[in-house]
Amino acid sequence: MIEYVKCKKIVGGVGTGRIVYTKYPLNFLSSVDAHTGVVSDPSHDLMGISLKNSILIFPNAIGSSVGAYSIFALKSYGVAPSGIICTIKVDITTASGCAIADIPLAQTIKGDQLQGLSDNSEAILDANNGSLKINKV
Amino acid sequence: MHLSKQDEKALDGEFGSSLSVAYRILLAIGEATEAEKLVSIKWAHISGVNYNTIGDAGLKFLTEFSKDARVSVQTTLNPMGYDKHKKSIISDEFQNKQTSIVKSYMKMGILPSFSCVPYEIFDMPRKGTHVSFAESSAAIMANSMYGLLTNKESALSALASAITGKAPYSELHNEELRRPTAQVGVDTPLSNELDYGLLGYFAGNAISNSCVSLGCHGKDLNIMKAKSLSAALGTAGSCGMFTQEETNSEKIGFGKKEKDTVRDELNTTDNGDLIALGSPQLGINELELISKSVVGKKFSKPCMIFCPRAIFNEAFKLGIAQQIENAGGNLICDACTCLTPLITSDEYDGIITNSTKGSYYFNKFNRIPVCLKDLKTILKEHLK
Repeated sequence: MIEYVKCKKIVGGVGTGRIVYTKYPLNFLSSVDAHTGVVSDPSHDLMGISLKNSILIFPNAIGSSVGAYSIFALKSYGVAPSGIICTIKVDITTASGCAIADIPLAQTIKGDQLQGLSDNSEAILDANNGSLKINKV
Repeated sequence: MHLSKQDEKALDGEFGSSLSVAYRILLAIGEATEAEKLVSIKWAHISGVNYNTIGDAGLKFLTEFSKDARVSVQTTLNPMGYDKHKKSIISDEFQNKQTSIVKSYMKMGILPSFSCVPYEIFDMPRKGTHVSFAESSAAIMANSMYGLLTNKESALSALASAITGKAPYSELHNEELRRPTAQVGVDTPLSNELDYGLLGYFAGNAISNSCVSLGCHGKDLNIMKAKSLSAALGTAGSCGMFTQEETNSEKIGFGKKEKDTVRDELNTTDNGDLIALGSPQLGINELELISKSVVGKKFSKPCMIFCPRAIFNEAFKLGIAQQIENAGGNLICDACTCLTPLITSDEYDGIITNSTKGSYYFNKFNRIPVCLKDLKTILKEHLK
C-alpha cells in the first residue's frame, strides 16, 4: 500500500530510504556516532540503529549547537540519512546542518499522520514538492 | 523569507562561495522558523571550535569556508580542546588539527576568546540588541538575563550570521514571540546552583517551546545559578529562553520527586577520582568563592578548574589564581569541562562535578560516570 503524506520543504532535494522513526528528540553530537551513523545513546529508543541511507523521522534536535557539524560529518563520512523529517519543529541545528550537507529536510504538517509506521517501510522524501511517499509493508 | 536584491545576489554566489553558503544556511533557518525577513545583528558568538567535537569533517569545512569568508560584525569564539600554555596529554596530531581550526576562524576575523561565557568577559550591548549566539547556554543567558535578542543558534547558523551580519527575524528575535508558551511550577526549594541545573534539565526535557516561564526568579537567582540553569536547559532541549512572566498555559510541576529523578539519571557514581569545575567556564565571582574556601587547605584529589583566559588574568592580578593553584587546583584556560580531550575514560574512573551539563556529556559522550554535587559540598568534602 502506498501512502502520501504532505510536508513543508525546508531544504530541497529528493531522498529515498527505509524509514527510521522515533518519537524522541536526538542530540546529534552526543547520541549518534558520526563515523558509522549508528545511534550510540543506550537510553534512546534508536540505540544501535543506523541512520545511513534512511528517511529519519523524529521530533527535533536537542542540545548542543555543534550538532549541526555532526549532521555535516555524517554526510562527509557517507553515513547520513537520505532525508530528514521533523514532526514537532524544525530546529536551527537540524536546518543548518542539512543546508550545508545537502540533505533534503521537511516538516510534517500533521505530526500524528506518521504514527504507527513500520521501520521496514521504504519511502521517498520529495522535499521540493513537499511530499513523503511511503510504501507500507 | 524576503531577501533583498543584494541578498539574492549573494545567495547566487556573485560575492563568493562562502557568502553563498552562509545565505543558504540563513534561508533554511528562515523557512524552518517562518521568518519574514532578515534582521541586522551586532554580535555573533560561534561554537564548533573543539576538534574533539567537529572532527575532520568540520576542520575540512572550515579550511575551505575561510578561504573567502570574513566576518562583518564582532564575532567571538567558544572554547577549544585544551590550554596550549600548559603541558598536557594531548597528542601532536590533535594539537595540529586544533591549531588548523583556530587559524581558519582567525583568518575570518573572529576574536580568539575561547570562552563559553562571553557575557563574563565582554561589554554587553544594551537591552533589545539583536545578536546571534551559538553555545546554547550563552544564548539562553543572553535572552534571559541580559535582554539581548537571539535564537538558540547552531554553530553553523551563528557562523552564517557572523559573515552576513544578519539573522532570520523569527522566534526569539521577535519581541512579540518572547513570551512564554509553557510554564514549569517549582514546588521544591532551590538552594544552590545544582538545584537550578536540575530544574533546567527537567524543563528542557519537558517542553519544546522557545520560551518557558519558570517560577524561580527573584533576588535569589544570581549569575552562578543562572549559568547552571541555562546550561542544563540548553543541553536537555530546544528552549532558548526562560522568564518569570506568567502564562496561562498548563503548569508542569517540578517538585522533590522530579528533582530526585533528574539527579538519579545524571548522578551515576558515588565518588570520583577527578574534580572538574567549569561547564560553563567559571567567572571571577566563582573563582573568588573557591579561593575563600582553599585558605590553609589542599585539594584531596586532582582538580581541574576551567575558566576563560581573560578571567584567569584578572584572577592572577587579584592573587586569587595563585591561592587556588597553591591548594592544588589546576586552572585551565581556553577549554571547558565539557568535551575536552583532557578528561577521558582511560585516565579517570569517575568525575566529581557540580555541572548538570557536564554530567550529561561525561555520561553520554566521554562515557565516564559522574558524582554530582553542589560546589560548596564539593569544596567541603575535598579540601583538607
